Amino acid sequence: MSLDIDSLISALNEEFPGSVTEKLKWRGETTLVVDKDRIRAICARLRESHGFAFLADLTAVDYLTVRSPRYEVVYHVHRFGEEYDENVRIRLKAGVEDADSPEIDSVVPVWSGADWLEREVYDMFGIVFSGHPDLRRILMPEDYEPFPLRKDFDVRDREASKRSFQRALEEGDD
Amino acid sequence: MGVNASPALGGEGFLTTKIEAFANWGRKNSLWPMPFGTACCAIEMMAVFASRFDLSRFGAEVARFSPRQADLMLVSGTITYKMASVCRRIYDQMPEPKWVIAMGSCTCGGGPFDSYAVVQGIDEFLPVDVYIGGCPPRPEAVIDAVMKIQKKIELEGAPIL
Repeated sequence: MSLDIDSLISALNEEFPGSVTEKLKWRGETTLVVDKDRIRAICARLRESHGFAFLADLTAVDYLTVRSPRYEVVYHVHRFGEEYDENVRIRLKAGVEDADSPEIDSVVPVWSGADWLEREVYDMFGIVFSGHPDLRRILMPEDYEPFPLRKDFDVRDREASKRSFQRALEEGDD
Repeated sequence: MGVNASPALGGEGFLTTKIEAFANWGRKNSLWPMPFGTACCAIEMMAVFASRFDLSRFGAEVARFSPRQADLMLVSGTITYKMASVCRRIYDQMPEPKWVIAMGSCTCGGGPFDSYAVVQGIDEFLPVDVYIGGCPPRPEAVIDAVMKIQKKIELEGAPIL
């Protein structure tokens, strides 16, 4: 049986009032805009009661001045089933306000596969996932300072990379 | 080098040469490449080593995955700044004399990746002897580069001690 998205939303809103603020539909894809402060509880409920066992992707968007809140963390969650229409994928979006260190709860306690995905989002956007067991940079060098996928970062600015490279050369053994 | 095969010597014959020319003749015909492959150019580099193009015809088939037994570094693929320190360290571990080939557009100048992470040409941190353009270069171009290195060794050589 395919998923009844509206009853899912009302079940979530009943348990966590006002947590799902918007439902967007586009070309058969469903997106729920959810409350950032209850993201972990919503994800846990989706996993435990609605069968969304798999976190397919976790990423982020920086809207800079285009939209407020500035950042949006995006979750693609998947429910497996034996029949074609039992396989459901929905997208969750949670807005994160601009700050010195923008913050959202980690979903590693819900899906342990979120570990490296959240590290990548932290590496590229500087969004801090509170409750993450090991929040370090994953792609860029550990002493790299900027967050290169932020829209106010010049994508051709190689100075910070050069500094990390020089330090790695001088320190020798790593 | 001069070859002598005088009957007065019982037909045995001998060579006259300079020790430097002799050493460089040996070097240029027994280049041991250190393959530093980081991207798609490395696939093309494997084709150069394999039977169809067969770099062993030029004495350079013994690809050593240890820098301590290599004298030709074949850098093939996009080099990021994070990888650059590793690349430099491997180069430093190679014994003298040594040569470097930059294979492909990425190693020569960053290729299409004008970004915060990619080195815009490995000559920022390595002394490159021969550059090969192309994305990726044909195996013939790599063979040509190895032959240019051979020519360079023959003409310029390297100190014996």
